[in-house]
Amino acid sequence: MSKKTNKYTVSVYTEDSVGLLNRISAIFQRRHINIESFNSSMTEIESVQRWTILILTTEVQIKKIVGQINRQIEVIKAYYHTDEETIYQESCLFKIKSSLLFDDRQIQNIIKESNAVIVTVNPEFFVIEKSGRTHELDELYEKLSNYGILQYVRSARIAVTKAPLMISEILTDFKKNKNE
Amino acid sequence: MSKISGSEAVIKCLLEEGVDIIYGYPGGAIMPVYDELYKYQDKIQHVLTRHEQGATHSAQGFARISGRVGVAIATSGPGATNLVTGLADAQIDSTPMVCITGQVGSHLLGSDAFQETDIIGISTPITKWNYQITRASEIPEIFAKAFYIAKSGRPGPVLIDITKDAQFEEFNFSYKRINGIRSYKPTPIINMDKIRQAADLINMAKKPLIVWGQGVILGNAEKEFRDLIEKSGIPAAWTILGASAIPTDHSLNVGMLGMHGNYAPNVLTNECDVLIAIGMRFDDRVTGDVNRYAKQAKIIHFEIDPAEVNKNIEVDIPVLGDAKETLSKIIPLIDKKSHKNWLNEFKKLYQIEYDKVIHGELNPSKKGLTMGEVIKEINFQTKGNAAIVSDVGQHQMVACRYANFNKSKSNITSGGLGTMGFALPAAIGAKMASPEREVVAVIGDGGYQMTIQELGTVFQTKAAVKIVVLNNDFLGMVRQWQQLFFDKRYASTEMVNPDFVKIAEGYYLKAKRVTERKDLANAVEEMIKSNEPYFLEVVVEKEGNVFPMIPTGSSVSEIRLS
Repeated sequence: MSKKTNKYTVSVYTEDSVGLLNRISAIFQRRHINIESFNSSMTEIESVQRWTILILTTEVQIKKIVGQINRQIEVIKAYYHTDEETIYQESCLFKIKSSLLFDDRQIQNIIKESNAVIVTVNPEFFVIEKSGRTHELDELYEKLSNYGILQYVRSARIAVTKAPLMISEILTDFKKNKNE
Repeated sequence: MSKISGSEAVIKCLLEEGVDIIYGYPGGAIMPVYDELYKYQDKIQHVLTRHEQGATHSAQGFARISGRVGVAIATSGPGATNLVTGLADAQIDSTPMVCITGQVGSHLLGSDAFQETDIIGISTPITKWNYQITRASEIPEIFAKAFYIAKSGRPGPVLIDITKDAQFEEFNFSYKRINGIRSYKPTPIINMDKIRQAADLINMAKKPLIVWGQGVILGNAEKEFRDLIEKSGIPAAWTILGASAIPTDHSLNVGMLGMHGNYAPNVLTNECDVLIAIGMRFDDRVTGDVNRYAKQAKIIHFEIDPAEVNKNIEVDIPVLGDAKETLSKIIPLIDKKSHKNWLNEFKKLYQIEYDKVIHGELNPSKKGLTMGEVIKEINFQTKGNAAIVSDVGQHQMVACRYANFNKSKSNITSGGLGTMGFALPAAIGAKMASPEREVVAVIGDGGYQMTIQELGTVFQTKAAVKIVVLNNDFLGMVRQWQQLFFDKRYASTEMVNPDFVKIAEGYYLKAKRVTERKDLANAVEEMIKSNEPYFLEVVVEKEGNVFPMIPTGSSVSEIRLS
């Protein structure tokens, strides 16, 4: 069994339910595994939530963890995927002193080249937003940090999988079996 | 339609689910429900335990002997936190139980109100499911879900927390049992390919070994299991929670697995060519060192819970599904065989264990009484028809090793959690669920004193449990480890005990103490013949040890006989 750790994106389709988050986070806590990022959102299916959890662990562990997540009553289905199996994005915001924008033209080039978006500009500060893969956000951060960043915040990862997940089918099957 | 209160709805839900006994303890935040219990006392018996922990273990004992859902009820705050040990025990031992707790009014939630505790947060990791009800109208659906979840698939405990205002609130009640929740798949769909692969492997095996657990009992698969082993001729060994699924004296029953199990099945686990696990989860007390567990064997795992497959031991063929169904499907594919030579290897090793351990334990020539001879006497007097409820420690291992069982659901003990204090309240619950059965609690002097207050419940309910305390004035199992692994430094394991007979008599129970071998048989006979609850203390040798033993970190085949 390999002890090599890897980044895994865990996608959990759940019923909208108070307390389930506590149940799921306990599964990670028991195994001393940190959650790198967590996102909860609506999905293409009404009243179904999708959680995207980024984890650094071994394949042996992630299999067991996803098994235990799937065991929870309100979990419709949980999956784990590697970066290669997903299309993912993260997003971040930089708050920077406005004076820098005019004092050093280089900063404008950095923004342009990175495909970042200027969200707002006012006399004191400006805010830029950048979405992309982890390393793209890291690169921009590195470049801008030379100029001084007032605030930096980064969102959780969101991801869709290359392979189909068939959640609607699971839910339709349930209805069908119940009506039989 | 006339409106009823949330608290009356709680009672009506319990009646709809066929509940006629619940165990509990009243208090402020659950008083409206108790008021309804008073009105419905001809339909539901409420058993007042002396501590909420006792209520949970009684509900567990009730569930374990009957297969029905046990119900416990308590107030908020300390009442709720006292349920925690029983919930954890039921979770790890897959016992169907529904616990109901009162909660402060919903306007006070989160305000550190009197007797408020976040029991939902506290019980989350130790329940199969839990839910906080804040509106009376939620009660019917949540109770229907709770009972369905507790008993379906791999069973487990459910906790329902009800705010006091929801208990008072009135609404139009109607109840509908449920048989499905769209996000919950209690029983995996059976994969016939896996069944066929498993059958091929079993048919080709020269030295197959079956290891079974409580899944056989929880799945009501005792008959199918017996058919399978009898047709295949495969020797079968049990985890302690699997005990009693087939009679102890069955010719293919080769004994108990694990740390204090029998010599043959442990040693031969590392010699079999195919290991067939049925309804068991490869607990570390069963496997010893997992890196040296059955490495030579192909492993088949019959299991209802997909999360258990490949959790502790990598298996070759997982067969997911309810044991009753998967076993029924595989039996027709199994060749009729007998594995005579292979079975003889078990017999040879049994003889070694008998000579070195069992004979001396059951027929001692030394002065002090052994725990084993007490169990042997109970076997004799009950003809193996009793349910044995054991606590945790040396006496538990001895009881499980030597008790004779003729009937399934007869070995009731705290397995996964190892909860001292389990046996006395669990025996009360078991006796009330099956009054026609003989229920004998076998308890050590340590565990007995953890829930000794439940003698009050025995006295008040007149539940005719037979209580046997095997007293060695030690926390014996820990002392044994101190002797073997800590150079006999007996740190805090010697107990200065009270007069247990006087205590039992203080509760007006018949009570007797045996200190000499010559008095044992008569005392056990008198106890078993009694129609009332009966307390028997047997003073056993102080420093007896339980063998065989697999020391922590050792492989199953390194099991020690002394």
